[in-house]
Amino acid sequence: MIVNQFLVLAALLFSIGIYGVLVRRNAVLVLLSVELMLTAVNINLVAFWAFLQDELLAGQVFALFVIAVAAAEVGIGLAIVVLIFRNRSSANIDELDLLKW
Amino acid sequence: MEFADWIADARNIVFLVIGLAIVGSAVRVVTSPNLVHAALMLVVTLGGSAALFLMLGAEFVAWTVVLVYIGAVIVLFLFGIMITRAPTGRDSVQLDHQRRWPAALVALATFVTIAWATTVSFEDALISEGVVRAEDLGSVLFTRYVIPFEAVSFVLLAALIGGIVLARKDPEQ
Repeated sequence: MIVNQFLVLAALLFSIGIYGVLVRRNAVLVLLSVELMLTAVNINLVAFWAFLQDELLAGQVFALFVIAVAAAEVGIGLAIVVLIFRNRSSANIDELDLLKW
Repeated sequence: MEFADWIADARNIVFLVIGLAIVGSAVRVVTSPNLVHAALMLVVTLGGSAALFLMLGAEFVAWTVVLVYIGAVIVLFLFGIMITRAPTGRDSVQLDHQRRWPAALVALATFVTIAWATTVSFEDALISEGVVRAEDLGSVLFTRYVIPFEAVSFVLLAALIGGIVLARKDPEQ
């Protein structure tokens, strides 16, 4: 196994996530695409750890931190989406143009 | 490295199968017209990433992905989809933007840039073997990384309290 195969796969997953964030109009689907991008980052971190065989296991520890922060992000993000839906009866992010000049 | 040499290693065949499953399900996550299907396709993507972590020797991270992501985060997403009464395929509500090609162009440019950079930098550098047990990870997490660990715990606690405060109904209304 070479390290680059994991990095290219993670890059592909990250680009698919970017496409999803840009093209989706439903807020929940945008959050799903963000999860794809975070997964790509995790694959990168663990692949670099396996490449370097770091004594302090920095790659794995930071992958765990990314997972914890992703869980926090989903909790807050979905709460905001639910709040927006309650106020505007829609989770469509194109209609949230209150701050648009 | 030639492709014939690369594929001769049995582990790379496993990688290819897992990678194709990950990419295929990830594409379905961003293109599926049904939100529930999109969330369930993310399960396949995350399961594939857990399999990759096992291949790389990061056992604890793999099982954490299975427990936290597949067990908790996806359920949270399904609740979010149900609460916001998002269209689940039968309605003809547009989930995507009309113009997809600028987004596809940005995604393609990102992929080409990252893949080119990593290919130039690492070429055929091999991954060294080694499996880390949960015991080793736990001891390093609670000695060297104990302060970042506490900080992340605090962030998670604050986020969950914030989520509850945001999402509950205002009793005065």
